[in-house]
Amino acid sequence: MAQEDKENIIDQPEVLRHKMVTVEIAGKKYDVPEGITIIKALWYSGQEVVRGAGCLGGFCGACAAYYRTKDDPKVRTCLACQMAVQDGMSITMMPPFPARKAAYDIQTLKDPKQDLFNLYPEAPLCRNCNACTEACPQKIDVREGVWKAVFGDFKSVSEMFMDCVMCGMCAPVCIADIAPNLVALYVSRAQGAHFTEKPTGLDVRIKEIQDGRFNDEWTKILKMTETELVDHCATVK
Amino acid sequence: MDIHALQQIVHQTRDVRRKQTLSKLSPAERDQLIHKYHPDFRESAFRPIRFGPNVGDKTAIELATLLEGDSSVTDGFDLTPDYMTDVLVVGGGGAGCAAALHAHAAGAKVMLATKLRLGDSNSVMAQGGMQISVAPEDSPVAHFVDTLKGGHMENDHQLLKVMVEEGPAIAKWLLSLGVLFDRDGDGNLHVKKGGGSSKPRLLTCSDYTGLEIMRVLKDEVLNQNIQLLEFCAAVELMSDENGNCTGVIFKDLDNHRDVVVGAKSVILATGGIGRLHIQGFPTSNHYGATGDGLCLSYRLGAKLVHIDTFQYHPSGAVYPEQLIGALVTEGIRSEGGHLVNAKGERFVNELDTRDVVSASIIRECEEGRGIRTMSGRVGVWLDTPLLDAAQGPGTMKKHFPAMMLQFERFNIDISKDPVLIFPTLHYQNGGVKIDTNSETNVTNLFVAGEASGGLHGRNRLMGNSLLDLMVFGKRSGLTAAARAASIPQGKLTVGHLKGFRAEAKKHGSVSGVVSPMILPPYTRKE
Repeated sequence: MAQEDKENIIDQPEVLRHKMVTVEIAGKKYDVPEGITIIKALWYSGQEVVRGAGCLGGFCGACAAYYRTKDDPKVRTCLACQMAVQDGMSITMMPPFPARKAAYDIQTLKDPKQDLFNLYPEAPLCRNCNACTEACPQKIDVREGVWKAVFGDFKSVSEMFMDCVMCGMCAPVCIADIAPNLVALYVSRAQGAHFTEKPTGLDVRIKEIQDGRFNDEWTKILKMTETELVDHCATVK
Repeated sequence: MDIHALQQIVHQTRDVRRKQTLSKLSPAERDQLIHKYHPDFRESAFRPIRFGPNVGDKTAIELATLLEGDSSVTDGFDLTPDYMTDVLVVGGGGAGCAAALHAHAAGAKVMLATKLRLGDSNSVMAQGGMQISVAPEDSPVAHFVDTLKGGHMENDHQLLKVMVEEGPAIAKWLLSLGVLFDRDGDGNLHVKKGGGSSKPRLLTCSDYTGLEIMRVLKDEVLNQNIQLLEFCAAVELMSDENGNCTGVIFKDLDNHRDVVVGAKSVILATGGIGRLHIQGFPTSNHYGATGDGLCLSYRLGAKLVHIDTFQYHPSGAVYPEQLIGALVTEGIRSEGGHLVNAKGERFVNELDTRDVVSASIIRECEEGRGIRTMSGRVGVWLDTPLLDAAQGPGTMKKHFPAMMLQFERFNIDISKDPVLIFPTLHYQNGGVKIDTNSETNVTNLFVAGEASGGLHGRNRLMGNSLLDLMVFGKRSGLTAAARAASIPQGKLTVGHLKGFRAEAKKHGSVSGVVSPMILPPYTRKE
């Protein structure tokens, strides 16, 4: 972007030149600047990215990826927008995985804890291999969560999975064909819709609005001239 | 100097700073500061739009170029529809999902199209919370006044009244779908204080509010079996002989085929413009935030409003390099986190409105009181360890797990080390002008969420975006569904392009730019 004001700090060029490193993306080697994120490495290596990038802030789970560092046999998982490349790293993006999502009407469930077994009959078949927990880039104890879901501790599951970005990396590794993220989503929604106290204050406020409790105040505010409104706003701290 | 050495001043001055209170600026002082330092007032970055509904109005050069851009749809384009629907929603973020769900519930045949995946959006990243006046000492009127004040008195009063009054019903709807808002001991919704608000009013799901709402809404869209068209980018709207909107032409990004969808009403929920990198700023926005809906509606004759004002979130990360532009939630300042310059001094009331706080950070940096990283970027400190110091160890971890994790990935513990921040391009305050049903001046064309304008005036308050999405998503969905039930499908033409192109030619606009942009051009060409 052209800037007239050379002094402006926003546009100052970076001082340090990046050191280049060699990474392997989907089996091909590329030289990219050290320390950039995997997504940026994809762009840098000339790839058009349509699938595999979303919020770019580590929240949407679109950029699930596998990587392996130099000389380490362990293949790990990450969100590609949140992981810096290093020399010798091998990377590949996770393809969409065809896990089955159960369909349900959350509001009309009769017995949500029992319904879990109808919607996700595979959930109790967990064989405790812990691969899901190891695959989670959000460091959730996924295996523990699946067990808690099966034992009806929906509250704990909803708390444990608040960090879940639904990247789905727990699903392909499951030898019992459980999609733990989907199970947890069902459980969390059921917890919210069925097992959480109704906030009484909210209903009071909704009724107040319906009953016109604020009408006089509204009339007063909406009748004000612009100057009066400015003065009124100034009195609010 | 090493970043750790530079941080020492923050630790050394913490106790002294904690005893200080900084008052908010008077209206006159605010105006002066903003005019001098806020990027919206950098004249050279703006220009008038040459033709179209907003001819002569100033906007950022990057946006003006796209608004005047040509369509990729050429003469002889085959407009035989691939799909027909009642309500067509474009965009898979918060507003799009809310619109689709409400239109579906109202009995309409609904299709939701998005250029990325369902849910890939800015909404999913919203950390700060959602403003709804649920507390007994609070009221919708107070919410109205705070928002108006934050928006420099330029908010559309009707839109704003609708939003604040419908907020509580939205909270109830989300709860019924299973959204897990934070609670008080008595089961009531917990409220936090946000920048620019006179009362605690932010409903939160720790610092994952947007993610939690979007997980639920996405799941609900799938459960309701709403027809999806993912990885399909809208490239042009269709209109009948009266200029009313009748559908959308998409490009399937997987196979590059055109997809024509006829619809009785169209809802654009296409989000913001961060990825245009206005004035070269980094952005907190998602990959697809390229202002597509603005270009599409503008070509069909929709009027835009407040498009000369953008929100720069005060706290975009400056270090480490990988997180440049990423958001450090305002919630940290809400809970008492100080902004600190290189001399170890506070320089603004951290809970002033975003434009004031951003302008003051830019002032500190321009006047040499910023901190410069090894890679040459400049910022100021956000004293995150202060929260643990003031409220006890573990506070950061408990209240801001998303933030902690994001920095942990780069071996930074923000409960021990302060964070370097600088304003990041965050939000488009204005957008397509809408009425209280979210309809534009083009009949049967609705716009909801960040793509719309007027509601937030010249500066959106923290926490008002999530509510905007839900309220106007709902209103657009319900109105579009009712409309669809009462009208026949209009003809599918691109007749409006003829007039637009003639105008463009008259004004010598032969820039060769085709809009919308769809995705930012990050791929490096050798």
